[in-house]
Amino acid sequence: MDFTLTEERSMLRDMLGRFLAESYEHEMRQKLLASGQSHSTETFASLAELGILGALFREEQGGFGGEGFDIAVVFEELGRVGSIEPILGNAVLAGHLLATLGQGAQDEMIGSVISGETVLAFAHAEAGSRFDLSHVQVKADIAAGGITLDGVKTHVINGGDAQVFVVSARESGEAGDEAGISLFLVPANTPGVSVAVRTNIDGTSGATVTLSEVQLQEDQRLGKAGGSFAAIEAATAQAILAVSAEALGAMESAKALTVSYLKERKQFGIPIGKFQALQHRMADMLIEIEQARSAVVNLASALDKPRPIREREASATKNLIGRVGALVAEECIQMHGGIGMTGEYALSHFARRLTMIDHQFGDVDHHLERFIALKSA
Amino acid sequence: MDLNYTSTQDAFRAEVAAFLSENLPEHIREKVRLGKRISKADTEEWNAILNAQGWLAPNWPQEYGGAEWDAVQRQIFEEECCLAHAPRLVPFGLTMLAPVLLKFGSEAQRRHFLPRILNGEDWWCQGYSEPGAGSDLAAVKTRAVREGDHYVVNGQKTWTTLGQHANWIFCLVRTNTEVKKQAGISFLLIDMNTPGVTVRPIELIDGEAEVNEVFFDNVRVPVENLIGEEDMGWTYAKYLLTHERTNIAGVGFSNAALTTLKKVAAGTLAGGRPLDQNPHFAARMAQVEIDLMAMRTTNLRVVSAAAAGQAPGAESSMLKVKGTQIRQELTSLLRRAAGPDAMPFLPEYLEGGDNQDPMGPEHAPAAAPNYFNMRKLSIFGGSNEVQRSIITKAILEL
Repeated sequence: MDFTLTEERSMLRDMLGRFLAESYEHEMRQKLLASGQSHSTETFASLAELGILGALFREEQGGFGGEGFDIAVVFEELGRVGSIEPILGNAVLAGHLLATLGQGAQDEMIGSVISGETVLAFAHAEAGSRFDLSHVQVKADIAAGGITLDGVKTHVINGGDAQVFVVSARESGEAGDEAGISLFLVPANTPGVSVAVRTNIDGTSGATVTLSEVQLQEDQRLGKAGGSFAAIEAATAQAILAVSAEALGAMESAKALTVSYLKERKQFGIPIGKFQALQHRMADMLIEIEQARSAVVNLASALDKPRPIREREASATKNLIGRVGALVAEECIQMHGGIGMTGEYALSHFARRLTMIDHQFGDVDHHLERFIALKSA
Repeated sequence: MDLNYTSTQDAFRAEVAAFLSENLPEHIREKVRLGKRISKADTEEWNAILNAQGWLAPNWPQEYGGAEWDAVQRQIFEEECCLAHAPRLVPFGLTMLAPVLLKFGSEAQRRHFLPRILNGEDWWCQGYSEPGAGSDLAAVKTRAVREGDHYVVNGQKTWTTLGQHANWIFCLVRTNTEVKKQAGISFLLIDMNTPGVTVRPIELIDGEAEVNEVFFDNVRVPVENLIGEEDMGWTYAKYLLTHERTNIAGVGFSNAALTTLKKVAAGTLAGGRPLDQNPHFAARMAQVEIDLMAMRTTNLRVVSAAAAGQAPGAESSMLKVKGTQIRQELTSLLRRAAGPDAMPFLPEYLEGGDNQDPMGPEHAPAAAPNYFNMRKLSIFGGSNEVQRSIITKAILEL
């Protein structure tokens, strides 16, 4: 039992924290977004150079980390500044799938993901799939000449930035079946692939990817035919850890902004932080954020455990993060008053991101129900 | 960062579990399992068994007969005791007074009082709260006036838990009325057999008289029973309170309560299906379990951050608020699970008698009394509102 970070992870956290504190401000992000960019290519290149992407992969995969606590450390720092850089869908989801399932030449792409040259995206969700990972309807038709993909993928994180998609498609069975789901590596420039990019309310970037008679070769299949569900679920558990840690960073920043504001803002002649009505709400928020930190620690520690333990912790953590995220977003806005609602002020970004994290990879209700189901299983 | 227990810690857990399974008397285990009341004799019997093993004082130095365990060992011990349905250790001597004696007492006081706590000669109670000094503890008025080799004590303490069993009481008394209220308090040990001490029980909402009023009428206390220096009592009192809060998260209790709740909910039919399949009940049960999973880690993070033998600081206030919310929710769910069978009040059964069959399932008779009893959790040891104010000052610095 040890609650301290290793020296390597402390250094990683400090280095990343320093770099982002200096280079990633609210105003800078809002300017990027106003100019129609999905992220800062310059910052992304620097992050890759600093080894941040490498920290998300294991040594045997070409990285130097890849464990739960590496992901947690990196994403807490990213969340602290409200980063919108393409790391989650790219490295944590698609990159992880490629690294765990890839064979031969497929595997070699990881090097260019770590160096930041190649951006991947995971095209999995579909209209109506909501949070059900097995709801895959996009068809993969297997014929002698090759494979044909047809269908529409939605909410593809940083889909507009990707050179290569990891696409899930169904070879057999029907929506809701865990068996029959395969993964394919599809370059964005493949004929029949079209990408419609949009910006989400929290500033992150999503895309709808339409696949019209997309022709693939057998060697573009990632992993076993029809047997990718377990890997998708494991990658999603990693993504749940990543966004939970990101949320924790965002909570810490929102809390810090609010504490400062309570000290500065005067009404009735005194700082509003002197009013007990606000003090006790702030104390409750602090307690809940510590619970959120524990939930992140729990999941980071469970990521390599057997599936039933890992998934139960994933649902527990995501449920708690969703509840605390909403509390922090709503309470911080309320305690700021009108200023907390202005787009110009950094809190608005944290509040939007915290709220939207509950809409990714399952919300509080989804994970509460799933936690109950996993318990009785 | 590593949440796994070491093989040494696993072995320790196994050793504790084996000891409990062999040595915890069945009649006591059964009372705790069913939420019945633990008598003075039960506590003394169990204390003696633990003391023979050297485990009665987990946080004391070995030099004074303690186990001198680290934070993780203490946590493991507490968890296993709760799961085995061992009675809780009555904290007043063991975990409240003893740390104060060890830190601020004289060597003579340590050598005299500590062994008597272990061997059961003394039963301590806490003389802190007064009718006019609850959350504002520093407002204590009980007066101690020095007369030669004695202090003469007059006043009243209240909410004195298990004071009916005690022969000694440690008290906050006012020795100086000329200074700021915190600066005029002393920490005094009083033999309750001294003439002028009267104990009056207070019956509470659960029908039990667990707490008392203690009156002092010209009680003469030898000056050697003063801890540390006169007028420095507030410092010692706060030190004691942080120790009081070290186990305040009650994780072991909550673990055991959750295990019981799950069993009860699975074995209770409600509307033709087990209660744990009622989506509303299942959701509340799952929600509190998720909070408890995080709380286990929060608790270990806080207690393991404090140096060995030391109490955590203001962080223990977080444990108190969240830990008691979880405990109260669990007792609330246990009460709800009992349905109409929670209504009959069966004091003879709760006192350990078996001549009266309880109506309904075995857990039902204690469900409501325990729920009502546990309302105290967010009130005592510094109310949860006081804890929030501590967090505000010490952590948020507002």
